[in-house]
Amino acid sequence: MAKTTGKVIGVNGNMVSVEVEGDVSLNEVGYILVNDQKLKSEIIRIRGSRVEMQVFEMTRGIGIGDPVEFTDQLLAVELGPGLLSQVYDGLQNPLPELAQQCGFFLQRGIYLNALDRKKTWDFAPTAKVGDVLSAGDSLGTVPEGIFTHRIMVPFDVQGSVTVEKIVSPGVYTVDSEVAVVKDSKGKSAALTMMFEWPVKRAITAYAERLKPVDQMVTKVRIIDTFLPVALGGTYCIPGPFGAGKTVLQQVTSRNAEVDIVIIAACGERAGEVVETLKEFPELLDPKTGRTLMERTVIICNTSSMPVAAREASVYTAVTIAEYYRQMGLNVLLLADSTSRWAQAMREMSGRLEEIPGEEAFPAYLESVIASFYERAGLVRLKDGNNGSVTIGGTVSPAGGNFEEPVTQATLKVVGAFHGLSRDRADARKYPSIHPLDSWSKYQGCIDTKQTDYARNILFRGNEINQMMKVVGEEGTSLEDYVVYQKSEFLDRVYLQQDSFDPVDASVDVERQTYIFGIIFDILGAQLNLSSQKEARDFFSNLRQNFLDFNGAEWQSPKFKELEKVIRDMIQEKKDGFDSVAQSLLASAR
Amino acid sequence: MQKVYNRIESIAGNVITVSATGVKYDDLALVTARHGESLAQVIRLNGEKVSLQVFTGARGISTGDEVRFLGHSMQISFTENLLGRIFDGSGRPRDNGPTLEENLVEIGGPSVNPAMRIIPRNMIRTGIPMIDVFNTLVESQKLPIFSVSGEPYNQLLARIAMQAEVDLIILGGIGLKYDDYLFFKETLEEGGALSRTIFFVHTASDPIVEALLVPDISLAVAEKFALQGKRVLVLLTDMTNFADAMKEIAITMEQVPSNRGYPGDLYSQLASRYEKAVDFEGTGSITILGVTTMPGDDVTHPIPDNTGYITEGQYYLRNGRIEPFGSLSRLKQMVNKDTRKDHRSIMDAMITLYAAFKESMEKKSMGFRMTEWDDKLLKYGSLFETKMMDLSVNIPLEQALDLGWEILAECFEPQETGLRSDLTQEFWPKVKAEV
Ligand SMILES: Nc1ncnc2c1ncn2[C@@H]1O[C@H](COP(=O)(O)OP(=O)(O)O)[C@@H](O)[C@H]1O
Ligand SMILES: [Mg+2]
Repeated sequence: MAKTTGKVIGVNGNMVSVEVEGDVSLNEVGYILVNDQKLKSEIIRIRGSRVEMQVFEMTRGIGIGDPVEFTDQLLAVELGPGLLSQVYDGLQNPLPELAQQCGFFLQRGIYLNALDRKKTWDFAPTAKVGDVLSAGDSLGTVPEGIFTHRIMVPFDVQGSVTVEKIVSPGVYTVDSEVAVVKDSKGKSAALTMMFEWPVKRAITAYAERLKPVDQMVTKVRIIDTFLPVALGGTYCIPGPFGAGKTVLQQVTSRNAEVDIVIIAACGERAGEVVETLKEFPELLDPKTGRTLMERTVIICNTSSMPVAAREASVYTAVTIAEYYRQMGLNVLLLADSTSRWAQAMREMSGRLEEIPGEEAFPAYLESVIASFYERAGLVRLKDGNNGSVTIGGTVSPAGGNFEEPVTQATLKVVGAFHGLSRDRADARKYPSIHPLDSWSKYQGCIDTKQTDYARNILFRGNEINQMMKVVGEEGTSLEDYVVYQKSEFLDRVYLQQDSFDPVDASVDVERQTYIFGIIFDILGAQLNLSSQKEARDFFSNLRQNFLDFNGAEWQSPKFKELEKVIRDMIQEKKDGFDSVAQSLLASAR
Repeated sequence: MQKVYNRIESIAGNVITVSATGVKYDDLALVTARHGESLAQVIRLNGEKVSLQVFTGARGISTGDEVRFLGHSMQISFTENLLGRIFDGSGRPRDNGPTLEENLVEIGGPSVNPAMRIIPRNMIRTGIPMIDVFNTLVESQKLPIFSVSGEPYNQLLARIAMQAEVDLIILGGIGLKYDDYLFFKETLEEGGALSRTIFFVHTASDPIVEALLVPDISLAVAEKFALQGKRVLVLLTDMTNFADAMKEIAITMEQVPSNRGYPGDLYSQLASRYEKAVDFEGTGSITILGVTTMPGDDVTHPIPDNTGYITEGQYYLRNGRIEPFGSLSRLKQMVNKDTRKDHRSIMDAMITLYAAFKESMEKKSMGFRMTEWDDKLLKYGSLFETKMMDLSVNIPLEQALDLGWEILAECFEPQETGLRSDLTQEFWPKVKAEV
């Protein structure tokens, strides 16, 4: 069948209108031929023989009548061994290789293989001739860094297939034949270690979806203790600019207890990706002893890169995440920022002259956001193992106001909300997640009753603080004043965490649980303090010691020494324990 | 190929439409009208209909005027001869010097491959403690000054430009008041910096479309010099005028506005300019300092809002001072770890205490009794404002850090500062200095 072709009949920004001859489908990829360059584009609307395409490149120089070639393929990514530690643009072009070829600047019209065709992999077959397999089943494995990468029957294979041939153990490139399978109609197909998958379609080659229960540990105290995230869950981080969204995602990408991290740098600063890009190859993952880069894939379509490719980039990222999930791994996808993706949709929708919704976002914004987050999840694979994709997306609301379409649509679908506060960021209270406004539907490492108790102190402390602004400290009872001091203390030494301190930056569950025990002891204690001044001095001393304590290596001599100082300080002033707190402790034991 | 057309079919705002063939998207055309010539740029193709935005505005253009397509997009001459020269928004001389036509380069070129970027590493010293200590400026940073009109933002810009150790300054004036233009010229002249400066100045009385070109022209030239090893500082003032010019065109083109009339691609448009800031490994760099005046002193207005999401922080200029709250240099942590080991901690501690001071001020203004602690904070706040925040303070970083410790010691006991004990032990002044 001859490939469909067409001719350009209009150019409006990054949208090109084309008159086509032949059949085309929505999301089909086509190339616009400009001089000697081929510009990758995707069909986003079809009306009779006129189609609109979003061009993944700068459209300068395109003219009426320029020829267009269609591919009969949807926008897809390559899946196979060798994705890890790569840095791709939104269309899975490997950026370092592109740099080798083109130098400092991006050059349009150059599309390189996502997977290296020369690199060889040590293939160990697991399937045998005669085996009956279906999409997602293993043909064999190759080692990829510390992971056992499963070579699978492509996900688009329909029904079951019989293995006719499988190669013996050995060293192969991704595109060499490793198996031949026959389908129920008797048609044979050769399989390699790689295949393509259309990015906008979720991979469903698993047995069933499960409810996310286990915690995804981020080593950020306020998250793990108060606002936990589950493996296979979803969460969002809305916040005004400068509130700390990106730093929070960066520390999470380093410290999260997951197997693989996919970073989607979507429409934000290129410089921020560079930090990750340069530092990850040097940083060791304490769990595996290997560099962080070996567990990371970076999809980088930053703000000055073509907008249409930005729209595609989050799908590229989630498809790669789903692919590794199929190997029984826990994958974390961090997207910064989903608002830029939504804006890319808005730009296109505007050019298509669709009827605009709120703030000119397209009417389908909500459903698109919902189906993106739906691609997260915990699944039981056909082989009985579990794998998960967790999605954490930042949101950049216009004017920092959460009452805007993208934040609202996102809040409807996610399992946890980590809302960053301008006030807290201005006061350098990092991470600036608002402890009272934020919420999570997941279960964390510490008994919820105890965290609720602590949260309640924060809540009361906040109320008392508001009241103090009206009646002054002199109008505040000593009892209330102590509650206020407790809440400030909890905020300062537990909720706030120094992302740049080597020790404090990441606190594992063991230490969190231990420290929270001490904190709880303080929160629940009835303290023998005779005046507001004494209370203030006591807490300021305690705080000082606790901050030093937070900076001390777990169970080091310094740690133990400071722990003793702190416990002694509490003991000295403690005059009984709040009965509610007491009963919570008792029920926990 | 230079095709000439004599039939302008529609004129709306600054956009004209002609029927033409063989025209490419983004191409330039020369429109010859009774009052003179103007460049125009193709902004939409629809079949044979070509829409162009006319740089000097469509006023005075008649439907019978001549449109000649040039067959290329906007270019600027790149040569050493640019140094010391003054041009307008379209790159025409404003200084009676010769028109430059050699070595034309394209403007608005592709962006840098993120994989080729490097981690910023050089602090730019300004002698202003609110910058050097609290929000360090870094080579290759893009940073705007957020300000209301009436604040001395151009003075601040010029002062930083004069103190910064860079090889080349490019001043992109967008809707610049004529007086301000003269001010920059004089300041740079007096500082002996004119010969390493290039001006692309669009003044408030120039045609609005030309405002759109200034950032691209300035940055295209900056890029070429940076690739030749120069450390270039680009000053863009005022980017709010740039965004407003974009809004005007968008409305003419009947685009659906997203927020208060601004086009939905405002973010991407601003980003493609600011992201030109870069440090090229092994050669030069581009640092961008902009001015964004905030309509109605509202930081949530779409222009400062979108800018803040793009730039690597902002200096918030208010009441003639760089405000510690709201101001941010996102790159400071790249360099402030290597200055002095107390730098980060004292920066954080002083800001936290300053926030507490603000609260005490609030309480005081409501007539509450001041505690001993409040009194300490009040003293601290006033010392901080006069000794550190005042824009007239001009001292090197190290001296500013020492001053910080002195101010703290003047007001507090070490454990009240929230600073870690190992630091207070090392840096706390042994004898109280008279600050
Ligand atoms: N956890 C943190 N610890 C210390 N500083 C932080 C932290 N989070 C953010 N910051 C400061 O705030 C700045 C902006 O943070 P960033 O994550 O880039 O904000 P956003 O992505 O929300 O715009 C950082 O450059 C840093 O100076
Ligand atoms: Mg960010």
